[in-house]
Amino acid sequence: MNSFWIILTGSLVAASCGFLGCFLILRRMAMLGDAISHAILPGIVLAFLFSGSREILPMLMGAAIIGLITVFIVQMLHQSGVKSDAAIGVTFTALFSVGVVLVSLYTQQVDLDLDCVLYGEIAYVPWDTWQFGGMDMGPRALWGVGGVFLFSLLIIGLFFKQFKLCAFDPALAAAIGIPVVLFHYLLMTLVSLTTVAAFESVGAILVVAMLVVPSATAYLLTDRLHIMLFISMAVGVLSAILGYFFASWLDSSIAGAMTAVAGLLFFLAFLFSPRHGMISKMVARRKIHIGEA
Amino acid sequence: MTMTSQKAPLVVKDLTVAYQKKPVLRSVHIEVPEGKLIGIIGPNGAGKSTFIKAVQGLIPIASGETEIYGKPYKQQRKLVGYVPQRESVDWDFPTDALDVVLMGRYGRLGWFRRPGKADRDFALECLSKVGMADYANRQISQLSGGQQQRVFLARALAQEAQLYFMDEPFAGVDAATERAIIQLLNELKQQKKTVLVVHHDLQTVEEYFDWTILLNRRVIAAGPTHEAFTPENLQKTYGGRLHVLGNQVLLTGSAATEEASAQ
Repeated sequence: MNSFWIILTGSLVAASCGFLGCFLILRRMAMLGDAISHAILPGIVLAFLFSGSREILPMLMGAAIIGLITVFIVQMLHQSGVKSDAAIGVTFTALFSVGVVLVSLYTQQVDLDLDCVLYGEIAYVPWDTWQFGGMDMGPRALWGVGGVFLFSLLIIGLFFKQFKLCAFDPALAAAIGIPVVLFHYLLMTLVSLTTVAAFESVGAILVVAMLVVPSATAYLLTDRLHIMLFISMAVGVLSAILGYFFASWLDSSIAGAMTAVAGLLFFLAFLFSPRHGMISKMVARRKIHIGEA
Repeated sequence: MTMTSQKAPLVVKDLTVAYQKKPVLRSVHIEVPEGKLIGIIGPNGAGKSTFIKAVQGLIPIASGETEIYGKPYKQQRKLVGYVPQRESVDWDFPTDALDVVLMGRYGRLGWFRRPGKADRDFALECLSKVGMADYANRQISQLSGGQQQRVFLARALAQEAQLYFMDEPFAGVDAATERAIIQLLNELKQQKKTVLVVHHDLQTVEEYFDWTILLNRRVIAAGPTHEAFTPENLQKTYGGRLHVLGNQVLLTGSAATEEASAQ
């Protein structure tokens, strides 16, 4: 049963990161996801200090607020002439370091250590259960991740056409009256929520991998956005399952093994994708070569 | 559209746009007549694209007002169609030609409705109007530049607008596409629609457009092409870089020739 909880949590993390990641990489904002995943640390610590517990709601709110602040600062710096990659780099390292200082300052009050923040502790998920009205409701992390996953699915499902047009052609989107900025911040809120829900299980570093790798894999495998979303989720779930069994076999870090599997799946897609893959390109080139000879 | 036809399709009052304090467009006043093909002409950096973006509220403006058929732009979005520059989007986006054209319908669908069968049929009809019906399911990165431009035009048709803004639709397209586009523009004109086109090729201005706006940071001239598109006005718009030989206009863009003639 414990394996099941871990795999389910991992799969939900990977799936929600996966489909949000598609929009990030299509808008060339993968690094903004990276920034958010690090920058929310002070939000989590502050939520901890204010609520005095590891309740999921205050943490989600803290993270969402800090996530939006991050995006806002990045935008502001960029508009006042700082290059966007530099703006991202400055903002998230500044916020992350504030978080690191806060964690080390309040290490007594805060039941958080840096290892857990950076690498997560998905192996402990089954033991940290949510007590509601004296009832044991199952792993707490699972509720957080599952709730955020369903919420993101609902939002993206309702506004799929808006998110798609904002990603492809923001100028037309604005011209026909879609509030482009609102949808930008909405997407970033979802990324922040997903990151904080995922972060306890897989840690700040691997969340980034889950945002980028499955969606980059899916991008290689299809030419349709909605199929890309499904493939991305599938790749995420597959990484979670295979990663778990690898980790138990090798007796290694579960989150690490999940990410390694995701990386491997990406590499396979890179080689063998029917249209964008290295192999198919080589075959196509060879055919042209033979045709000419 | 009989209700709206008394009012001018586009009235721009005192439009000023500035990028970091430097004015790009200065108090532009324009009133555009209905059912005309209108060329917007001017040198690089004259603010042609800025003009059509500012009019649609896509970039912040310092001052000014835009009225579409007598009402503020925001109330009239559905009457306006837009063809951005082809390079402004990522053609590697995972989607096909038909789907791009369907995006033209989004403005009519409201917040929650998804494009249905009727929208798909209409989008397909728009694709066949630009001669691209056979490419409906083609991934957009596999289309040539001219074909991509036609897809963009089909998308604008799918908007079913009364007033169109097109940002350099003729840039980098083959001769066949250029002819197809101009034929389409003339069809739009026959349906009493008004089309504003940012255009670069001075040789074709008189052939293509009924009306011309000469723009260089401000409006140099605007009116029927035979009145506005004169050697004197061109000289004012392009400065010393323009040479008029008989009825041929030559644009010598390079600084080297200017220096040479100065010596």
